[in-house]
Amino acid sequence: MLDHLFYRPDELFDHLTGLHQALSRSLAGEGTPNAIRSVAAGSFPGINVGRTAKTVEVYAFAPGLDAKSVDVTVERGVLRISGERRAAAPSGDAKVQTYAVERPMGRFTRALSLPDDADTSKVEARYRDGVLQVSIGLQEGSQPQRITVQ
Amino acid sequence: MPNTDLAKSNRGQSAFTESGTERKEPGNSSSRAATPAVDIFEDADGLTLLADMPGVSRENLDVRLDGDTLAIEGNVSIATPDGMRALWAEVNAPRFRRKFTLSRELDAGRIEANLKDGVLSLRIPKQAHAQPRRIDVQVG
Repeated sequence: MLDHLFYRPDELFDHLTGLHQALSRSLAGEGTPNAIRSVAAGSFPGINVGRTAKTVEVYAFAPGLDAKSVDVTVERGVLRISGERRAAAPSGDAKVQTYAVERPMGRFTRALSLPDDADTSKVEARYRDGVLQVSIGLQEGSQPQRITVQ
Repeated sequence: MPNTDLAKSNRGQSAFTESGTERKEPGNSSSRAATPAVDIFEDADGLTLLADMPGVSRENLDVRLDGDTLAIEGNVSIATPDGMRALWAEVNAPRFRRKFTLSRELDAGRIEANLKDGVLSLRIPKQAHAQPRRIDVQVG
């Protein structure tokens, strides 16, 4: 189960759909154009994407958010996830010493363009254990169909 | 020291390293552990540590104290629909792991841990006798 989520498929470049292009960075070396909405590696939150026969599943690894403050929008085929992480370390208190501040803070937005066959009326989002899962349905016509041979 | 258990581990199975050393094995994502980002700050009574461990639930979290070494480890467990195949993975280590060495004035026996929305929060109090006290300077 988890293998499917973490395995980076070798055949990635065989499936250059709009979704890939939106997310692809310079994986294939220089000269390959980056997607217009791509971001630097390690940006917050990290995003994994999977696909089933009926849905596209987007997982954003964004711990420590208030679920009510997370914005998930789909507009013209672009999925946008935004929110804010508030600073945890008390600032301005002279008695508090800070040693490490590695966790990204502040507002964030990530956007990715959905495949053409995404049905943007069927979008569900849930937040659990710091992972935001957005499930986008695919149009009926694009799902695999068995054609009866006459 | 090579860890043969890790090399032998199968995909999808838990590969726990006794030595805690990180080994990178390209192509076998199951053996990789990511280092969680942390914030650490100190006040008069103790230290607070916050660690980002998205996808780790309470059952899959392990906070362990061995001598003066504090180890935090968690397996990422996310329900995925049947038949899903990955298109893209920026997060590709199924586990978080990090170790810290505690100093002597900390009271390791009273560490409190709390996990909420993928953020582990540890409170490590100082020993009572280690809390700051003012030393009067004698004039004479």
